[in-house]
Amino acid sequence: MSETVTEREVMEYDVIIVGAGPSGLACAIRLKQLKPDLMVAVIEKSAEVGAHILSGAVIEPGPLDELLPGWRDNPPPVCVPVERDELSYLTATSKRKLPTPPQQKNHGNFIVSLGALCAWLAPQAEAVGVDIFPGYAASGIFYTVDNAVGGVIIGDMGVDRDGQPKDTYMQGIEIHAPLTVLAEGCRGHLSKQLISKYELDKESDPQCYGVGIKELWQVDAGKCKPGLVQHSIGWPLDKSTYGGSFIYHLDKDRVAVGFVTALDYSDPEFSPFEAFQQFKHHPEIKPLFEGGEILSGGARTIIEGGSQSLPRVDMPGALLIGDAAGLLNLPKIKGTHQAIRSGMLAAVHIADKGSADGFDAALRSSPVMKELHKVRNIRPGFNKGLWRGLITAGIETITAGKLPRTLHNHADHSSLRNLSDTKTIDRHWVKRDLAPRDRLASVYFAATEHDEDQPVHLQILEPDICITRCGEEYNHPCTRFCPANVYEIVEDEQADAGIRLQINAANCVHCKTCDIKDPYQIINWVTPEGGSGPNYQNL
Amino acid sequence: MKILVGIKRVVDYNVRIRIKPDGSGVDTDGVKMSINPFDEIALEEALRIREAGMAEEVIVVSLGDNACQQQLRTGLAMGADRAIQVGAPASLQPLTIARAFMEVINREKPGLVLLGKQAIDGDNSQTAQMLAALWDRPQATFASKMSLEEDIATVTREVDAGLETIEVDLPAVISVDLRLNEPRFVKLPDIMKAKRKPLDVLSLDDLGVSIENDIQFKHHEPPPVREKGIMVEDAAQLVAELKNRGLV
Ligand SMILES: Cc1cc2nc3c(=O)[nH]c(=O)nc-3n(C[C@H](O)[C@H](O)[C@H](O)COP(=O)(O)OP(=O)(O)OC[C@H]3O[C@@H](n4cnc5c(N)ncnc54)[C@H](O)[C@@H]3O)c2cc1C
Ligand code: SF4
Repeated sequence: MSETVTEREVMEYDVIIVGAGPSGLACAIRLKQLKPDLMVAVIEKSAEVGAHILSGAVIEPGPLDELLPGWRDNPPPVCVPVERDELSYLTATSKRKLPTPPQQKNHGNFIVSLGALCAWLAPQAEAVGVDIFPGYAASGIFYTVDNAVGGVIIGDMGVDRDGQPKDTYMQGIEIHAPLTVLAEGCRGHLSKQLISKYELDKESDPQCYGVGIKELWQVDAGKCKPGLVQHSIGWPLDKSTYGGSFIYHLDKDRVAVGFVTALDYSDPEFSPFEAFQQFKHHPEIKPLFEGGEILSGGARTIIEGGSQSLPRVDMPGALLIGDAAGLLNLPKIKGTHQAIRSGMLAAVHIADKGSADGFDAALRSSPVMKELHKVRNIRPGFNKGLWRGLITAGIETITAGKLPRTLHNHADHSSLRNLSDTKTIDRHWVKRDLAPRDRLASVYFAATEHDEDQPVHLQILEPDICITRCGEEYNHPCTRFCPANVYEIVEDEQADAGIRLQINAANCVHCKTCDIKDPYQIINWVTPEGGSGPNYQNL
Repeated sequence: MKILVGIKRVVDYNVRIRIKPDGSGVDTDGVKMSINPFDEIALEEALRIREAGMAEEVIVVSLGDNACQQQLRTGLAMGADRAIQVGAPASLQPLTIARAFMEVINREKPGLVLLGKQAIDGDNSQTAQMLAALWDRPQATFASKMSLEEDIATVTREVDAGLETIEVDLPAVISVDLRLNEPRFVKLPDIMKAKRKPLDVLSLDDLGVSIENDIQFKHHEPPPVREKGIMVEDAAQLVAELKNRGLV
């Protein structure tokens, strides 16, 4: 496409924030509160703010109180105070209640839709003078001559599958700013490039992740108990896989149900989507959903590495905040309060210092980090299985993380076992009859949309490996770990091996599982045309 | 010449429509809203006419509550010169809308009015036709191709039998179909420029139009769910099954 490349149009701002999630919006609002004259822009790849956000979500309100003291008088549209917590251990046929660990006590917290919360925050940011641009993906970094981050490049629009401009072609612009804040959430596409370019993770453990799949249900009248927060561990996961379920009871007979599986699972035949659907069919769970209807659904990865895996969060001209940095508190399964807090902290730093320099130290000496440090050994404790993990969790909780030891994390993509070393695990999975029937049916509830005539945004760096090595070693795990059925192995007489990998990119819900879990690290998720992707409603 | 373009805020075409459990209407809670796709095509056409030097000003008009200002701003970002919101409840019936447009026409004196052939929410396809009658000017509906010369518009219409090309004298009302053009993407700096373009707010009272609801909605119901199919082994079984169900 070289003949069409002309000088890009440029817009200038004082601060450009990538991602209108809780961290990005909190940073933008606090910046304008501190320095009303700063020009602040927020770029968001979803067509509307909140449409790519999927979370639980039970949130701790403290940081929101700090950001917007009057928010409780004008609450977001979905906001139910937590009434009661319940934690259970499941086997395939039974459910046993466990005492709720202190991290999971939710008194004073609220059940919200984080997508709806962000859509509610956005106009408040605009009211203080922030420019928000939904429908535009930041596809690249603009570097200054000194090799510092100098802003972002917005993706071109109207490019066909082969990279040629269509009639509607519109060249993306550059947004230049002395400071760029990466608030892309878990496994950010630009954050990943920057972490690697500036070797920000040189001194930290590899990052680790989970994938969360969620549905919002309208259940039969009388079944929903507003304010009830339920979690489970155990079945349908085997004891060596970390994860569990959540069921949050909202208002108006709406119930959010989801399942999070750590992406360091080892069985190549495992399917996180199937595990979630199986969970819904547990004899103690299924009655809640029978007769109900799915309102919306989708998937998103969750960052689990905590303090050991936290990369350096500043670099020349840019900072990382929220889940783009990796600040989620896993034992609490909460990242929103940390995202908002880190966004505000970044704003204070920028307003004070006017540069990224020193933000890493500021964050590490803040309450954000203190909270992560306390729980640092809980997640890696589960690397030795469920029971030993629970014991570690107990010890670390009682001692508030004060024991002078730090357990380590390993990379998720290296954890799959070869087919030849894998025994088939009997998971006691049942025949399902609740919706959705399969992943294609489930994508429908994500209302995901990509123009088919655009470059495939899932780049396979070495396609040969897929057909040969990966088939033999792992039997194409991408066809199972993707919750949206994007990857399919199809027969093809023209191909040498008689099969080929088909990528149904239009189904992608931007969860980023493939970018993380693919065992050879040859799948690269890049931003599709701005405005493409899921259109989540109240997730 | 001025061109007036109608813009309606509707549930986005990608959204899965759901009826509220009590049957009182479509659930729009947390749902993505957009410019009615046909109206976007109408606006694109108006912009192309202006860019070809055959019009001086493109005005986008929407009737609705303040939420519709979002769609008007998008219209301004696409390139319209100014916008008029006629404050009104979000759901009005075609005759009231046509009457309000008529009053806007009296004020603005456009040479051309471009509307979508229908809005994808109510699918009424009536406003353009009613407006032409009220205005007592020619109409060309379902345009899939159009060109202007002096005071005449040549319009190719999509009709049941195929395509029909007609000429109408301007001023006229033209309602546009899907194949007329492909609307442009909005350039990011234009969103900023749109914030500074004029958006006037009028009320139905200002225009002297009263709301008439000739149609009353009693109840909304989703279409029945399709029953599970069966796989037949061969043609013989297919025939047997169809006979069984009294379908042949
Ligand atoms: C299943 C699940 C359950 C969870 N449950 C809870 C819970 O109960 N409580 C809790 O507190 N937390 C929970 N979390 C975590 C919480 O959702 C995150 O911590 C929080 O969303 C992080 O906020 P963020 O602003 O860092 O990123 P995000 O919320 O992920 O927002 C990032 C935004 O940036 C946009 N974006 C990304 N890249 C680009 C780009 N290149 N260009 C333009 N835009 C871009 C995205 O579209 C998105 O809108 C859960 C997470 C998951 C997945
Ligand atoms: S293709 Fe990748 S990012 Fe898209 S839905 Fe599948 S796993 Fe998630």
